[in-house]
Amino acid sequence: MGDWKTITVPVLSSDSKNIFQYTSERRRSPTSMNSQVLRLPLPSSKNMHSFLSAFCTEENIEQSISYIDRELTTLGFPSIYAESKGKELNLISIINCMNELLTLQHKNLRAQEEVEMQHLKLGSDMDHLQNCYAKLKEQLELSKREIVGLQERDRQLQSKNRNLHQLLKNEKDEVQKLQNIISSRAIQHNHDMKRKEREYNKLRERLHQLVMNKKDKKIAMEVLNYVGRADGKRGAWRTDKTEARNEEEMYKVLLSDYEQRQKQLLLENAELKKVLQQMKKEIISLLPPQKQKPKERSEDRLVLSDTEEDIGELNKENMWELSCETVREQLINSIRKQWRMLKNHVEKLDNQVSRGHSGAWNEKDVISREDHELETEKLELEIQQCKEMIKTQQQLLQQQLTCDDDTTLLLQDCYLLEERERLQEEWRLFREQKKNFEKERRSFTEAAIRLGLERKAFEEDRGAWLKQQFLSMTADCKHSENVTTPSAFLRSKYLVQIIFLHSSDQDNRLVKSTSQQRKPPSVLNGPVSAESCQTPHYITHNSVESKETAGDSMPNLGEESDDKEETE
Amino acid sequence: ASCVQHRLVVRDVSSLQVRQIYPCLDQIQYIEWSSDSLFILCAMYKRGIVQVWSLEQPDWHCKIDEGSAGLVASCWSPDGRHILNTTEFHLRITVWSLCTKSVSYIKYPKACQQGVAFTKDGRYMAVAERRDCKDFISIFVCSNWQLLRHFDTETQDLFGIEWAPNGCVLAAWDSCLEYKLLLYSLDGRLLSSYRAYEWPLGIKSVAWSPSSQFLAIGSFDEKVRILNHVTWKKITEFEHPATIASKKTIVYKEVEKSPSIETERLTFPPTGALACSLFSTRSKYEISEVPVSLQYIKPVADRANPKMGVGMLAFSADNCFLATKNDSIPNTVWIWDIRKLKLLVVLEQLCTIQCFQWDPRQPRLALCTGNSRVYLWSPTGCMAVQVPGEGDFQIVSLSWHSSGDSMVLLSKDNFCVCYFKREEI
Repeated sequence: MGDWKTITVPVLSSDSKNIFQYTSERRRSPTSMNSQVLRLPLPSSKNMHSFLSAFCTEENIEQSISYIDRELTTLGFPSIYAESKGKELNLISIINCMNELLTLQHKNLRAQEEVEMQHLKLGSDMDHLQNCYAKLKEQLELSKREIVGLQERDRQLQSKNRNLHQLLKNEKDEVQKLQNIISSRAIQHNHDMKRKEREYNKLRERLHQLVMNKKDKKIAMEVLNYVGRADGKRGAWRTDKTEARNEEEMYKVLLSDYEQRQKQLLLENAELKKVLQQMKKEIISLLPPQKQKPKERSEDRLVLSDTEEDIGELNKENMWELSCETVREQLINSIRKQWRMLKNHVEKLDNQVSRGHSGAWNEKDVISREDHELETEKLELEIQQCKEMIKTQQQLLQQQLTCDDDTTLLLQDCYLLEERERLQEEWRLFREQKKNFEKERRSFTEAAIRLGLERKAFEEDRGAWLKQQFLSMTADCKHSENVTTPSAFLRSKYLVQIIFLHSSDQDNRLVKSTSQQRKPPSVLNGPVSAESCQTPHYITHNSVESKETAGDSMPNLGEESDDKEETE
Repeated sequence: ASCVQHRLVVRDVSSLQVRQIYPCLDQIQYIEWSSDSLFILCAMYKRGIVQVWSLEQPDWHCKIDEGSAGLVASCWSPDGRHILNTTEFHLRITVWSLCTKSVSYIKYPKACQQGVAFTKDGRYMAVAERRDCKDFISIFVCSNWQLLRHFDTETQDLFGIEWAPNGCVLAAWDSCLEYKLLLYSLDGRLLSSYRAYEWPLGIKSVAWSPSSQFLAIGSFDEKVRILNHVTWKKITEFEHPATIASKKTIVYKEVEKSPSIETERLTFPPTGALACSLFSTRSKYEISEVPVSLQYIKPVADRANPKMGVGMLAFSADNCFLATKNDSIPNTVWIWDIRKLKLLVVLEQLCTIQCFQWDPRQPRLALCTGNSRVYLWSPTGCMAVQVPGEGDFQIVSLSWHSSGDSMVLLSKDNFCVCYFKREEI
């Protein structure tokens, strides 16, 4: 707060001076506020003066006031002067202005506070970030060095590994070689041995022959008297019967041995079964029944009941006889299940114990394994169902998109529509061109009509002139009866021409009427084309007549009509 | 019975009183009692003569002369009325009958360590034969010497055969060049064959357990493999390492102590007892702390039949223990507990073990190491017994009496009988 700069807002009037001072001092040091407050109601004139002297003195009051007024107006405040441009000050406006200035001042101060706070914060953030940056740089350096070191070690280890591999390969090759050597030597030795043995056998045979042949009298047994057999029986002859009996006895011996062994094994089996059943019962007793899933429990109960029934039956009957596979398997399976459950239970207990050691243990938090498994199974089922649904939906979509017959028809229709459109466009173009041609023709026909009219007019003029001439000539004739044949000839010529002109007019009218009567067939551009069709007729008519009578007068028209005919 | 040079001396066991003396023609090499203890055969290999003496009738005599055929081995048949002589070069085995004076020949017997084996009940005899470089086994009925079965074996060089105590299974094993053990049933069918490894030297010794449940095979790789009689597959392997690290085995070490002599008490001439006690060193067993490292002798590499591997195997009579000796650690006896299939006790002696044998009645093992002490071990403990007497009595071998009350200790020239006091309860 001590950083606040003293705001040199110029003092407006003596009335508000106190307030102003008060506020500024307040901002400066709130601790010394009390003292200031005490001081305030009696502002020393000195302060006032010191303050005033800064800006406004007794001499330049008006200037200062005007200056202030200007500043205020530029800032958008209402003028402090009274309405009239006199030197009277509007106190109210002054006070308002002051108030507003004060509020502005407050706002600005607050803003400044905020800005400075932010500035501080940013500064501290910057420091913090710089520290972090420095630390991170250090860490980076360290880790880089570590990486280099580790890479080096890795390289060394890899080279060692390669060396060892090489050594191992060499050793293996050597071992293989040695084994091959051994086997070959063994084969060689066997062969040699066999050869030697054969020799030896030959020698033996020879010796045996010698010994047997010698008929040594020495080879004899000298017994004082015969000794009775150990068991007191007489010796028996060697016959087939004895052989058979020997075989029999041998088999008896074997069989008895096997039977004994089997008995032992059966005993063992029975004992083991007993032990297993005991174990199973004990395991069942160990497991607490609450934590079992109802499904499993029912299963177990079923299994238990089955096996118990079976075992009960077994116990009733002779154990040796019922060692069938199914009972054994059932027993083993049930034991395995029980053992698994016991294991789960023990694991659960272990978890609980460990958690209990660590801290607070909420029973609700503990999700028993079976619940967990149940949930996972449920989720898996849901996933499966969703997948199936997606599949079916995909199939349906595909079906919709790719239909068999309908699509082809639609396609064909589409093609037809396309063609139709194309054709329509062409027709449009065609019609446009037609229109243009029609226009041109019409213009030409109009021109032709005009020309015809002009010609008619001309002819009429000509007739009139001729008439005049005739009349004049007749007048002249009256005067002279001698000059009649040329004037009569001329008169006759002029008459013919006039008649021709009239007839042509009549024809014109006739043609026109016929044209009007004739209606065009059902063509879109009906009237235009009809007219175009008719005008050439008319023109041909004209041309024919003109050709008949005076081909020179209408050469252009005929050409035009010919042209028109060609164009048509 | 004992023989001295060419005389056969028969003594009474309990009192060692001389009962009979029979003179023989030549130096006796081998004597054997008949199974009913009525006759004794004395074999003189050099002369090729076997003489049989009767105990009941001292006048009765019998002499079997093999003549030029020579004699290499001789033994009784289980019924005690026939003598089987193996001629020289193993040309044949002649079966001489004392009842009928008839002779039977068995051709082509195999010249191997255990070529002839009798079943425990004495009904059948298995003979290893070799013809045309192939091994065969013939099974004879001992009552009338009829050939029962004759089959070939898949061995390269049959080394030994042995019947199981129940008489139904015959174990035949190959020479040490190949590890192969074949098991045949009484009627000649091959039940199973076992091969542990291929190239190194193979089986050294084989022993059946008394109940025929187990077959222990000791091999040159210093291991004992035990097969069971149900599946004929290996159920366990016993190793004989030079260091014992397991805490559960007890190691007894023989420690010699020379008695302290007090020079003041010396008298001249020294009395016999004192002299004995001066020179004789006492030894006792001490329990060594595990881990123990035993004296390991590396066998000579370039000699045949190296002294390594498990050379001695013996099951105790109650089928609970197995005693083994590893020839590369020749001073120790390893005793295994068969019920738990673990090493139970190791007895470390000061000298090489010469012989050990189980008591036929109790689980008691007696062993001798060539000095004048006999060592006994039983599950309760072990002790060293000094043979009293003057001079050295190097016990080379020992043999139990069938009742388990006494034991014969043999040295080169002498023998003595050791009696066990029955504890009166």
